[in-house]
Amino acid sequence: MSSKDVVLGRIRSALGSGVAAPEIPRDYRRGSDKPDFDLLVERLADYKAVVHRVGAEAIPAVILQIVGSGTVVVPPGLPTDWLPAEVEAVVDDGLDADRIAAADGVVTGAAVAIAETGTIVLDASPDQGRRIITLLPDLHICVLRPEQVVASVPEAVARLDPRRPLTWISGPSATSDIELNRVEGVHGPRNLHVILLEAQ
Amino acid sequence: MNTFLGMPARAPRGVGHLRGDQPFPVAAREALANAQLRRNLQHATTTIREKSGRVIAELPDWQELRAAGSALKAYTMANLPALLEQLEERVTAAGGVVHWAADANEANRIVTDLVRQTGERRVIKVKSMATQEIGLNEALEAAGITPVETDLAELIVQLGNDKPSHILVPAIHRNRSEIREIFLKAMPGVDPALTDDPPELAGAARRYLRETFLSTRVAVSGANFAIAETGTLAVVESEGNGRMCLTLPETLITVMGIEKLVPAWSDLEVFLQLLPRASTGERMNPYTSMWHGVTPGDGPQSFHLVLLDNGRSAVLADEMGRQALHCIRCSACLNVCPVYERTGGHAYGSVYPGPIGAVLSPQLTGVADNPTLPYASSLCGACFDACPVKIDIPSILVHLRNQVPHPRTEAAVMAAAAYTMDRPKLYASAQRAAKLARIAGRRGRGLPPPLNGWSASRDLPMPPKETFRDWWRGR
Repeated sequence: MSSKDVVLGRIRSALGSGVAAPEIPRDYRRGSDKPDFDLLVERLADYKAVVHRVGAEAIPAVILQIVGSGTVVVPPGLPTDWLPAEVEAVVDDGLDADRIAAADGVVTGAAVAIAETGTIVLDASPDQGRRIITLLPDLHICVLRPEQVVASVPEAVARLDPRRPLTWISGPSATSDIELNRVEGVHGPRNLHVILLEAQ
Repeated sequence: MNTFLGMPARAPRGVGHLRGDQPFPVAAREALANAQLRRNLQHATTTIREKSGRVIAELPDWQELRAAGSALKAYTMANLPALLEQLEERVTAAGGVVHWAADANEANRIVTDLVRQTGERRVIKVKSMATQEIGLNEALEAAGITPVETDLAELIVQLGNDKPSHILVPAIHRNRSEIREIFLKAMPGVDPALTDDPPELAGAARRYLRETFLSTRVAVSGANFAIAETGTLAVVESEGNGRMCLTLPETLITVMGIEKLVPAWSDLEVFLQLLPRASTGERMNPYTSMWHGVTPGDGPQSFHLVLLDNGRSAVLADEMGRQALHCIRCSACLNVCPVYERTGGHAYGSVYPGPIGAVLSPQLTGVADNPTLPYASSLCGACFDACPVKIDIPSILVHLRNQVPHPRTEAAVMAAAAYTMDRPKLYASAQRAAKLARIAGRRGRGLPPPLNGWSASRDLPMPPKETFRDWWRGR
């Protein structure tokens, strides 16, 4: 008898002749709302992310202003016109961890952002890359298109593909482990900049 | 034999951390004598209650979300065998390997063997209640493998040679200056000029663990949710140590209680709203990682999922008590509990402290192994109100109290009382005799032995000078 049979046998015997499964009351907010961009900006800032609201043409200037003369890692599918000429961009073609950790920052796109919670979600698409590149550098610059912003968590879940590696990010790395207060800056990037593009 | 093997079983003795060394009242009395501990706990729980209350009030549909969360968990329990098999199939199809562990010993053996097969002598760990419960660190150490806890609070506990005292923040009993002391004493390479400023303490942990993250090839994690429909797993965290463990190593071993299942992907829309607000009082925690088996070129290329029973099937067999398995480990019930706030988590003797621990630990071990925990509550009901999945903890506590073996003297006294109350004349004379107790009561002694145990923690009402019957007759 395998352990699987043992465990499943125990569970079946615990449930006896069957337990009625309840109907799930879905009376919480589920519909799609118009996202409130001001709310997103407020919630991002509340968790210490720095937000830049600009038009697409200003992306390189903003990145230059944040990074200065540093080196950034970029995923292979990042639009090249986002990057300023002055910043050295290293394309991730399977870079080793030390190389990624040595970069001053990383620039990515995003899959979805949630206004109500101030969350951005990465799904490892070509403009976001492998999970490791947004983890090791101390600075993450994330470019967000207005159509990627949704109002609430249920809308975000509906848009995402559970078969992809997903990283939900709400502010820079933080901890509540010292006296249960939120303190920024543990293992993930300690600086999170979000470039929110204006609607065209 | 087969029917025997198929019967729900409790968590075995001699392994893991579900049973305390002493009864709750004894441990609680010791904890209450520690004024620093009480100050730390009061500060931390007050902070978190305020934060949590604020962000919960932002949601107009909190009660509707709680109702959905509660029903989803009940639905999961009712369909557990089919959902677990579905999860196994989806995880396997996505490139993972699923293992089943009937108890702590088997889970420890599976994980130890898996680490051995990699040839590595060190693993990095994401904070996980399940691996604490089964005593995995001790099992790994016995096999010559070093487990490194990477969650800040777990690190504080590990470096301080201490025990966790809270589900979410295992070092809640330590304040910043105590944490600084621990780091200065036990953290290799720490800057001796370290202050007790929380960002500086967090920075010290960042520097200390960075190299370990980059050079360790096996990670062990727990899981907050596993989606049966898709085989997706989720870890909810704050610091990024979870992302490190789930992304950098070559091998990932996840140990998960069988109750952590969620039926469908879309159901996460409920739990990802409930958990962070109830737990750390945030609209969303800093990082949540989700993965689906193995993704070529991204993250661990070898993934093992260990499904753990260890007494859960026995909890499931109790119609009233099984809702304790709905717990999503947010720890809101600890933060609102007047008993927890004063005694702290160590007094409960189990890795699951507070109100949820008082109903979960005795059910996992059998009530006889944790007979005092069902009484570690004033039944005020704050835990029920705070629970994001509406676990009726006070009712389970009362239910479990009925299963605690009672001493013979108590049964004899209760039988005598029933006999007396059945006979009016006898009852009247007993009431008159009770007046004598006014003398005993005035001296503040409570009941005489062997009944003094009963009145040690209860106020004995002073009997009146005149009984009602005497007053009525003389009217």
